[in-house]
Amino acid sequence: MSDQTTPRPAEDAPGLPAQARSGADVATRPSLVKEGPDPGRPGSGRQQLLRLFPLHQMHSLGLVVVLVLLGVVGTVTSDNFLTSNNIVNILTSAAVIGVITVGQTFVIIGGGIDLSVGAIVAVASVWCTTVATQSYGLGGMLFTAVVVGSAVGLLNGILIAYGRIVAFITTLAMMASARGVAERLSDRQSQVVTVDSFNRIATDKFLGIPLLVYLMAGIVVLGWLLLNRTTFGRRTFAVGGNPEAARLAGIAVRRHTMLLYLLSGVCCGVAAVMLTARTTSGASNLGNLYELDSIAAVIIGGTLLAGGRGSLFGSILGVLVFTTITNIFVLNNLTTDIQEIAKGLIILVAVLLQRTRGARSPA
Amino acid sequence: MLLGAGALGSGLLLSACTSNSNGDADKANVKATTAASGSTPGKHVTIGFSAPAADHGWMAAITKNAKAQAGQYTDVSFQPAEGTNDVNAQISAVQTLIDKKVDVLVILPFDGKALTSIGAQAMDAGIPVINLDRVFDNSLAYRTWIGGDNYGMGVNAAQYIIKTLKAKGVSKPVIGEIAGIDNLDLTKQRSQGFKEALAKAGFSVSIRQAAQFTADSGQQVMSNVLQARSKLDAVWNHDDDQGIGVEAAIKQAGRSEFFMVGGAGSKHAMQEIKADSGVLKATVIYPSSMSASAVTLARLIGQGKGIGDLVEQEVPTSITLFSATVTKDNVDQYLPLSFT
Repeated sequence: MSDQTTPRPAEDAPGLPAQARSGADVATRPSLVKEGPDPGRPGSGRQQLLRLFPLHQMHSLGLVVVLVLLGVVGTVTSDNFLTSNNIVNILTSAAVIGVITVGQTFVIIGGGIDLSVGAIVAVASVWCTTVATQSYGLGGMLFTAVVVGSAVGLLNGILIAYGRIVAFITTLAMMASARGVAERLSDRQSQVVTVDSFNRIATDKFLGIPLLVYLMAGIVVLGWLLLNRTTFGRRTFAVGGNPEAARLAGIAVRRHTMLLYLLSGVCCGVAAVMLTARTTSGASNLGNLYELDSIAAVIIGGTLLAGGRGSLFGSILGVLVFTTITNIFVLNNLTTDIQEIAKGLIILVAVLLQRTRGARSPA
Repeated sequence: MLLGAGALGSGLLLSACTSNSNGDADKANVKATTAASGSTPGKHVTIGFSAPAADHGWMAAITKNAKAQAGQYTDVSFQPAEGTNDVNAQISAVQTLIDKKVDVLVILPFDGKALTSIGAQAMDAGIPVINLDRVFDNSLAYRTWIGGDNYGMGVNAAQYIIKTLKAKGVSKPVIGEIAGIDNLDLTKQRSQGFKEALAKAGFSVSIRQAAQFTADSGQQVMSNVLQARSKLDAVWNHDDDQGIGVEAAIKQAGRSEFFMVGGAGSKHAMQEIKADSGVLKATVIYPSSMSASAVTLARLIGQGKGIGDLVEQEVPTSITLFSATVTKDNVDQYLPLSFT
């Protein structure tokens, strides 16, 4: 048994969902048993298809189709959609929430949830834009934002992993208190950034593409490598899939859980830098409802809310889907109510699609 | 060990970074106008105050100005309730103030309709209510209403835009509108005033999108609007706080072919207008000093006096404040009244 629960190296089955690799999950989630290669039924076409296009990649494929469809809708309804300017605009708009979503994806795959991401962004943005911090210039501001984000994330992690408080409650409490700290620090005023080099983070471009986009791309690539090509990533899947089995397999589950929230905090710190540069200000009301945006992106990206299975690539596609929808809405000057209804419907449809796929595939 | 030292070091540096004071910025933007009220001390009045959470520059200024104004009077004690954006919690807060038997109440409801019944309850208990800005559903629920003119704000923004465009000789302008939170009554009134005033000049809004009164929502919405219209002539942005983000989006897109009018009247916006370096050329004020005036009215009502220079013996039942248009020419006059 203990042999089975040890997650096998990723090279065994690079694209397969974690459950298929972990014997423990096979035991606890019988419905997923047949996802893995089934020695009893070699050569079945379905199995071969799954081997070529594992489940979560098929889901990502579905999202790519959705994105292409949105592209068609955008192009048909607005002349301004398919321009390089607008594509860059969509990518830039996706950058902040994209970076937050990287951290959120790790946390959710690891079996947790982080409701405090928006508040962490707020407190980091406020802290790095106080008059005192701005007097240290660009370096001081970057340092402050990232350290504040990391510290709050670490505190979340310690409370959840070692204080044994449920993640939902811990991060809910942090959501309230971190925003409170932000309000107190800023006295509820918008703090305009006067350090020019800081604002240039949002305006500087390389080959016509803003630095923010490169920053997001870099973090997504790093995140993908960390999740899919390292022991840390495999442990994340294992801890999220079945923490008890992961513990028996010799993984320091608590330490790992703590690190996941720290990672999310770091992402929030970086996102705070990006958002602050983009809005040229720090304010306690920045990042409002970003927790919902990032969780929605992770879920439509095909990651299980229960943890143990997921795809970072899918999450980023989820972010792009939402950003593109907003863009198309504004290009066509649709009213807020219609935008909200449509967004809600899209989340529902995406989750329903995910469920029917999930139900169909093991058969 | 090294990590610990590093953490300690960053902790020290960070704690030094929380300060927001910088010599010149004495943030008490409460003006010296109050001394002018020239009223002699009278009967002692306890004023209860309830407003939404001060999570926004304008709203923060409301609470601050009210408190500062009360501090000007030796015969007033001020009892603010904790600000909240939950109407249920605000009803409880007002109930507490009624139970404390304050002499006069100043209430800025998060939602006028939702707080009407508690306002009426206070009036029934013999406590006069000054309804600040967001109006109650029923005039029985307040003694006096004082607030801004949202419709007029839209009208004045439109008139500035019309005047400027006519002077430039633009006949078919592309006009954009970045509204505030769309489900608030005040947003609807502002947009209606804007639209109707533009229509009189034969102009119309080409693109209207709503943000959330926050800098990040303003940035997000404006960056998309700029893609939607490759050429604009004029933009009205309802709120200067979200305007920080709107302006950032304009700069990041490198656009400058149009001019913009702001709203509410923040210090930052007025400084931009004064510097005349960007697209922002004017802002229509939604005076945050109204809460100070409300406290003055509360005191007068509590003491049974009328307003100084008016002939009437009593304070009027309704006072609508003017939404002035601030441009480079008169910005110095309004800068002291701006909120940060």
